[in-house]
Amino acid sequence: MSDDLKIPLLDELEKGPWPSFVKDLKTLAPKKPMVRDLLRQLEKSYQDKRGYWKHGGLVGVLGYGGGVIGRYSALPDEFPGVSHFHTIRVHQPSGWFYTSEALNELMDIWDAHGSGLLNMHGSTGDLVFLGTVTDELEPTFRDLTARDWDLGGSGSDLRTPSCCVGPARCENACYDTLELVDNLAHRFQDELHRPMFNYKFKIKAAGCPNDCVAAIARSDFGIIGIWKDNIQVDQAAVAEYVDSGFNVKEFVVDNCPTGCMSLEGKELKIDDSNCVKCMHCINLMSKALSVGKERGAALVMGAKAPIVEGALLGSVIIPFMEIEEPFEEMHDLLERIFEFWDEYGKARERIGECIERIGLASFLEQIELEPLPQMVTQPRDNPYIFYEEYYEEE
Amino acid sequence: MATQTERRTDIGPPHYSQFLHPIIKENYGKWKYHETLKPGVLMHVGETGTIYSVRAASARLITISFVRFMAGLADKYADGYLRFTSRNNIEFLLANKDNIEPLIKELADNGIPVGGTNNAISNVVHTQGWVHCHSSATDASGLVKVIMDDLFEYFGSMKLPNKLRIAVACCLNMCGAVHCSDIAVLGVHRTLPRIDHSTLGNLCEIPTTVASCPNNAIKPTTIEGKTTVKVDEDKCMYCGNCYTVCPAMPLADPLNDGISIWVGGKISNARTEPMFTKLAIPYIPNNPPRWPEVTSAIRNIVEIYVKNAKPYERVGEWINRIGWAKFFDLTGIEFTKYHIDDFRHAGTTYKRSVQNRY
Ligand code: SF4
Ligand code: SF4
Ligand code: SF4
Ligand code: SF4
Repeated sequence: MSDDLKIPLLDELEKGPWPSFVKDLKTLAPKKPMVRDLLRQLEKSYQDKRGYWKHGGLVGVLGYGGGVIGRYSALPDEFPGVSHFHTIRVHQPSGWFYTSEALNELMDIWDAHGSGLLNMHGSTGDLVFLGTVTDELEPTFRDLTARDWDLGGSGSDLRTPSCCVGPARCENACYDTLELVDNLAHRFQDELHRPMFNYKFKIKAAGCPNDCVAAIARSDFGIIGIWKDNIQVDQAAVAEYVDSGFNVKEFVVDNCPTGCMSLEGKELKIDDSNCVKCMHCINLMSKALSVGKERGAALVMGAKAPIVEGALLGSVIIPFMEIEEPFEEMHDLLERIFEFWDEYGKARERIGECIERIGLASFLEQIELEPLPQMVTQPRDNPYIFYEEYYEEE
Repeated sequence: MATQTERRTDIGPPHYSQFLHPIIKENYGKWKYHETLKPGVLMHVGETGTIYSVRAASARLITISFVRFMAGLADKYADGYLRFTSRNNIEFLLANKDNIEPLIKELADNGIPVGGTNNAISNVVHTQGWVHCHSSATDASGLVKVIMDDLFEYFGSMKLPNKLRIAVACCLNMCGAVHCSDIAVLGVHRTLPRIDHSTLGNLCEIPTTVASCPNNAIKPTTIEGKTTVKVDEDKCMYCGNCYTVCPAMPLADPLNDGISIWVGGKISNARTEPMFTKLAIPYIPNNPPRWPEVTSAIRNIVEIYVKNAKPYERVGEWINRIGWAKFFDLTGIEFTKYHIDDFRHAGTTYKRSVQNRY
């Protein structure tokens, strides 16, 4: 029993209405020395206002360069339970769907081989098992693969792609986010498991411009669903919204960023040639409005957090592309991009930084895409142009 | 030839279709519309059926017992089907409408709230913090717990002008990419890396270490006959890039590490384009276990936003309408020299017109 588990500062985090991780962890502490020492070490961090983890070490399973992140306590004598505390990233199913049976199976594996702590899910999308020792890595992997689970990415490799709930439970999905991501994950297994890139490469797939997986901010390669034709309008349903007292004019029409909507009586008019597909009206009037029929996705590249050269949002490299099985066009494009990055990138430089360094125009040329006005907010306003064509006197 | 003992590798994730509720399978790609029946409860209507989603909060750091408990609830109320959202919420997928209230009750009895839909504050996405990372300037799980305790009323209701997304990252690496949230809480270091000259030469590759610094603050040097590096203190911005490649350059400093608060970012394209967060508060000292200065600073921003924003305005859209001067005025947050950018492209943020509200 852990009756001598004294963590008065952490005990304070049991108070309050939000679910308490301390309360949850305490239930495992009597059975799991790792959890007990994790809480004790965390208590010390709360006292001293600093972390006590060593810089990660290189550990893994045979034949894989990614998927496991080594972690060691800086105070192994004081907290032997967490002297090794490695992370295993398990590749999640598309859309983070599970059955209770699958979850229980995963929990049994993790109970047998690790601390029993986890994240559902990590920032990239993986199911993250937190805390095990080096000797348990191979056995955990064996049990996972026996049940059809594999590891996700880590380090300078293709990170585990992730997607929004898409067509599985959302009427806004403009392509099959789940199938695309599952397909890419299987197509690029080698890139996922064996780090060969300059740095990490994240793929996120959102079904529409609401971008529920933050593809524009968190992926080197983002696929954001969009349509080309007209918003589908059910005028009878519009009238119902008006009759219900919902202020269609103030909340919907007046908030349209391009002013391309108007309400005439109970009829909604949209000048679709001016609609920028922002989703605002569709979000507010789900019953009356839906995305168009000519669907596909815009591709954005280069988003990242600040490290190293500052944060970037993704920028458009393809304004519209049809996304259909078997996704060969997407495979070809990704291969061209990986080739480009291999040739032009530098170590620890994300592809967004690389594109900024060599210029979007050169990048497009290298991966064989045509420059289009939809890729910029404005043409350049400086005259320092690198002309490549000129006449020579005879 | 494959034998029973052969190692399976590169099998990739299991196909999602085996985890989909039959109603979801049937209506895959055929959803017509959805309604929010009450905070945390969604109804999706498809061509041949309706599925109800009950969204429950969860800590991000959880145990196998918690997951088994949730799986049990899924068995009892949702035919065993559930999913997780990108913000660490759990969604039970119910075919039977009558199961909604009993499920919510059983969740509540076990201290698990339901909410986070539409104009609410949903779960806070966060990073590992003192629980599991060597770089952290603060904890993440604890901060999220106290922030959500404080803002609890906004999880289970939908009374905000629009949704409000909060994210926590415990150092500038921002594993959770918090740079596009309505409110971002970011752990910061404020002092130079503490170079361990005795081990640096053995642990780190000098050219890589020098190259890691975005500000060229690192130079090779020799101290007492040992090859090591020195840091130009005028150039260092405590970003921790060097520590990522060189374990002999840790930045942790209990006296000076702390928290900064950023506002006005957004991901979705609704109405306005996606935006980065901008600095609101450069530094708040770490004050565990409950960081009262952080929770009250966030509450202040949330309350001023609720009071002043128009319906459907996100935090960033509201600030852009009223102007940053007004934002600092309304919130009472002090504007300092730290608010003025001095990194790459800083000039693009200087005011280049005399249009101002007085
Ligand atoms: S990104 Fe669009 S399609 Fe995907 S879940 Fe969000 S609203 Fe639905
Ligand atoms: S999607 Fe946006 S731009 Fe298009 S009509 Fe609706 S509100 Fe206007
Ligand atoms: S944000 Fe920084 S401290 Fe936090 S988990 Fe990521 S690298 Fe570690
Ligand atoms: S903390 Fe950042 S700025 Fe300072 S020396 Fe290290 S890499 Fe350079």
